[in-house]
Amino acid sequence: MRIPILKLGKYLLISVQVELDDQTALQFQEDLLNRIHEEGSEGIVVDLTSVEMIDSYIAKVIGDVVEMSNLMGAKVVLTGIQPSVAITLVEMGITLSEVPTALNLEQGLEKLQQELEG
Amino acid sequence: MRTQSSVEIGTEWGIVSARQVGRELSKEIGFNNVDQARIATAISELARNIYLYTENGLIGLEVVEQGHSKGIKIVARDEGPGIENLREAMTDGHSSSNGLGAGLPGVKRLMNEFDIESELGKGTVITATKWLR
Repeated sequence: MRIPILKLGKYLLISVQVELDDQTALQFQEDLLNRIHEEGSEGIVVDLTSVEMIDSYIAKVIGDVVEMSNLMGAKVVLTGIQPSVAITLVEMGITLSEVPTALNLEQGLEKLQQELEG
Repeated sequence: MRTQSSVEIGTEWGIVSARQVGRELSKEIGFNNVDQARIATAISELARNIYLYTENGLIGLEVVEQGHSKGIKIVARDEGPGIENLREAMTDGHSSSNGLGAGLPGVKRLMNEFDIESELGKGTVITATKWLR
C-alpha cells in the first residue's frame, strides 16, 4: 500500500488515510524523501486525521521522517492528531517534542509559512 | 458477541490484525474511543515484541467479568528466548531493539492490570486487563 503525496506549489501535502502498518510507514518515508528531492519542496504537511492509533514504532518512524526531511532542508508540520492518539502517545511516554504540529490542514499550511518566513 | 479471539503473530501483518480484532472487541464491550485506542496500542506493542524477539507467538483476547464490571484481557504468549532482565525491560527508556523503549512500561500505563512471567529459553506470557469504568 502506498500513501499518495500531492504537490501544491512548493509544498507537499499528505493525508494518511490508511492504517499505518510498518511496511506502509517505511515505504512512505522513502517516497516522501524522494519527492522532496525531485520537487525541491520547502515544506510538507502530513495530515493524520484518519489515523486511529500510533504505537511506539510508528511514532519513531514519523519522528524520523520529520528529522530526515529537516536534514534535506524541508520543514514538516503534522496536523490533525486525534484526541485519543494524543492521549495514548503521552501515556506511553512518547514525545514528539521537536516536531511542529497544528490542529488542521489550514493551520498547518499557515504554520509552514511562518516557519519558512521566520 | 465473540468473547474470545486469538491471533497468531508470525508476520508483521499479525500485528495489524491483532489490534484490529482488539479494537472491534473493545468497541463491542462498550469502551469509549480513547480506551479503544489505549487497548489497540497496548496490543500493538505486545504483538510487536513477539514479532521482533521471537519466531512466533499468540495474542489472545478475552472478554472478562468481575462482579458488575466487564473488561478485556490481552494475553501475549510466546515460546521465545525469554526476558533476561525483567526489571530492566520494565524501565522507561530502555530498549533492546531500535524502538523508543516505551513498550512494556507504556503498556502497563495504558491498561489497568499488568502481569509478566518470563522464563529463559522457554518464553514469556504477558497478561494485561482493561476494565470498563
